Amino acid sequence: MDTTSQTLLDQDYPSTLESVDEAEAAILQAAASVGFDEDEQHRIGMSVRECMVNAVVHGNRYNRNKIVHVGVSRAGEQFTIRVVDQGEGFEFVEVPNPLEEDNLLKHSGRGLFLMGAFMDDVKVRKATPEGTEVTLVKNVPPLQ
Amino acid sequence: MSVKLNTRQVGDVSVVDVSGRITLGEGSSALRDSLRDLMAQNNKKILLNLSEVSYIDSSGIGELVSGFTTVANSGGTLKLLGLTKRVKDLLQITKLYTVFDVHEDEAHAIRSFA
Repeated sequence: MDTTSQTLLDQDYPSTLESVDEAEAAILQAAASVGFDEDEQHRIGMSVRECMVNAVVHGNRYNRNKIVHVGVSRAGEQFTIRVVDQGEGFEFVEVPNPLEEDNLLKHSGRGLFLMGAFMDDVKVRKATPEGTEVTLVKNVPPLQ
Repeated sequence: MSVKLNTRQVGDVSVVDVSGRITLGEGSSALRDSLRDLMAQNNKKILLNLSEVSYIDSSGIGELVSGFTTVANSGGTLKLLGLTKRVKDLLQITKLYTVFDVHEDEAHAIRSFA
């Protein structure tokens, strides 16, 4: 199995909603290039959108002096996306489950849940020296 | 393509035809404004036609939920029409599919408000 890591995207984005669209488009292109079908591209794109929105809105709070770093790579069967903001960070365990009855009709709080539903692995940790790092992993489909 | 909304009246039901993407920013705020206007005009039977909606993110889902609860709290009813497979999947994953009254056929949906 080839485990050589190949960088597909390595980009800093300003903390704007336009960056969300730009990062989503760039990653969709990368996802298509490694063979994900349209449905999987949609799931990946949506996960990236949710992740970027969290970084821009909740992490960097639209601060134009802060950037969101996005890295995409492929190593063997794994397509990995890293999104790092420069915000204050948060604890994953603090996020309430949106499927619980008390939370079902809440306006927000579904972003991380959707990432988990659409990706094969999601990791959230505090970045160094600041911010939050989210790693999204999707297994690349075998060649037909 | 961002979101486009057009409201038409079918009897006493306000049908909002939505097309495009309901995402954070312009898309979700346009939907919120449209529902707020209908409520301000005392329209209490609202059918959201989502058959031309290609994409909804969690912010868009939030607007659907907020619209649903706001209308219900004012004594009205908000129903959904014509979900695409992706939108339907999204509502099922988030356990919201059974919260909304969802219809496939407009005439049937209109009659259900009676």
